[in-house]
Amino acid sequence: MTSPIIAVENLTKRYGDTQALRGVSFSVQEGEVFGLLGPNGAGKTSTVEILEGMRPADGGRAEVCGLDPHSSGSELKELIGAVLQFTALPDKIRVSEALNMFASFYRRHRDTGQLLQRFGLEEKRRAFYSQLSGGQKQRLALAMALVNQPRVLFLDEPTAGLDPQVRREIYAIIEELKAAGTSILLTTHYIEEAERLCDRVAIVDHGQVIAQGTPRELKHRSAGKTRIEIRLARPEADSALAQLEAVSGVHSTDGVHVVHSTGVPRTIVALVKYLEAQNNELSSLEIATPSLEDVFLELTGRRLRD
Amino acid sequence: MKHAWTLTKVRMRLALRNRAFIIFSLFIPLLFLFLFVGLLAHDDPAAVGYRLASVLSLTVMGSFWGLSVQLVTFREQGILRRFRLTPVGAGAMLASSILSNYLMTLPIVLIEFAVARFVFHMQGWGNLLGIAALVTLGMTAFPALGLIVASVTNTMQETQLINQLLWWFFLLLSGATVPLPILPDWLQSVALFVPATYLVAGLQTVLTGRGGITAIGPELLALAVSTGVAFFVSQQLFRWEAETKVPRRAKLWAASALIPFILLGIWETSRNRLRSTALMDYMSIQPQSDTARPDANK
Repeated sequence: MTSPIIAVENLTKRYGDTQALRGVSFSVQEGEVFGLLGPNGAGKTSTVEILEGMRPADGGRAEVCGLDPHSSGSELKELIGAVLQFTALPDKIRVSEALNMFASFYRRHRDTGQLLQRFGLEEKRRAFYSQLSGGQKQRLALAMALVNQPRVLFLDEPTAGLDPQVRREIYAIIEELKAAGTSILLTTHYIEEAERLCDRVAIVDHGQVIAQGTPRELKHRSAGKTRIEIRLARPEADSALAQLEAVSGVHSTDGVHVVHSTGVPRTIVALVKYLEAQNNELSSLEIATPSLEDVFLELTGRRLRD
Repeated sequence: MKHAWTLTKVRMRLALRNRAFIIFSLFIPLLFLFLFVGLLAHDDPAAVGYRLASVLSLTVMGSFWGLSVQLVTFREQGILRRFRLTPVGAGAMLASSILSNYLMTLPIVLIEFAVARFVFHMQGWGNLLGIAALVTLGMTAFPALGLIVASVTNTMQETQLINQLLWWFFLLLSGATVPLPILPDWLQSVALFVPATYLVAGLQTVLTGRGGITAIGPELLALAVSTGVAFFVSQQLFRWEAETKVPRRAKLWAASALIPFILLGIWETSRNRLRSTALMDYMSIQPQSDTARPDANK
């Protein structure tokens, strides 16, 4: 395997009394889309900002394109592109002005006209930044991040706060970049984003990587715990359902029994028999394969958006 | 330098699209011109140059205010953060602040000068080289002080507070609004430590044609050194993000930008050069019958 384009070892960072990073380690290979998945405040943005050279780490080692982000200065900045969690530009700057200005900062840059076209901003080229919608601003942020043909792209919560349709537009752009072989480090707290876009994912919580692997590998950890969500005509006690074959756990909320099973067909057969004996009826039944949310829940005991 | 020039061009365009900038940078200076020159020097072409010195000084000095506010706004809105990801350094960002301000203030200075000469019939042209040198160095030194204000303040409220204090000092103690020779003796001594005093006194000398570039050597040197020190200090203290608070000791370090004026103030206190010149410039515009002449040596 070639040397990774991003290497992070035992990274630590403290802000006052808060220990933001407690020894984060991972690596990203060239052409890979790597996701840092975790709730707000987990340490994802701190990690990315250290890798972008925006703030120094307190301890550990970080390398991007073979360079130390803190000491390499503009040399690294020529090689990376980034979309910050919140991008802000002056209200009265025009779209084309902003893109041309950012292009001029780099030794090597793309044709800005083509970028505007590619990101669907051609018609808005004369518009002021303040006149753009949230989605258009984010597309401009992506165009600005790509203006120098970066070797590595950092996307910090690229779809946070955007409506579902715009989010899907951004996913399509990232998928296009992925197909073109761009190395991407993405932070997100959206499960769908991590599962759909990332080749590999590191789950981050309280400043630590608590698991990493491909989404499939991570979900495989929970494979023994497929979720069956059932509604009954008459609610049953969790303790009774827990006695069914191959059931590893049960909890109920709002009249929905969530049954974790290590053998779905056996559990369902046992459930039907049990309900017959109890003269109860099944109103609905859904089988949910494990998601990264389940993995996170299993590892931390919390939901991602708790 | 290329980055600074790109930023300069963009910042000029942004400023010209900002109504507040047009009002404060064009209409207010012209209002000052008509107040000072039109009202105070009416019917006396000999006094126009002296009064114009106040107007030009206010135009040149006023730039420190807009510059600090703009930089702090950019920082608070998170705009500077995005630039930090690019190869643009703090030096280019700061230089573009000064350069864009210079290029936009220069036409206003020229308009004021032309109106004084052709509408209010100023006598002669003054010493053009001296005027150009003072205006140019003034338009680098005062904005550079503005950059320091932006560097040492954490919020817009703090920035505005310091700007207000400095502005009133500059306005009242420099001789721009109240002529230096009619201030109480102790205030005249304090004024010798105020940077604006040197700009006003220098401009009075060259605009009344009473002295050339050699007569304003100390003023030019102080403004040049102050520009250099203030630029260096603001570059060291530059912050891209509002979250990065300025350390307390940095505020003391920032005061080092005033060292040239403290040294000049001490020198002037012993030499009494500026106060004598200011008195002579002031007397030159007084009617001959005026007997209530202030004494520079009292």
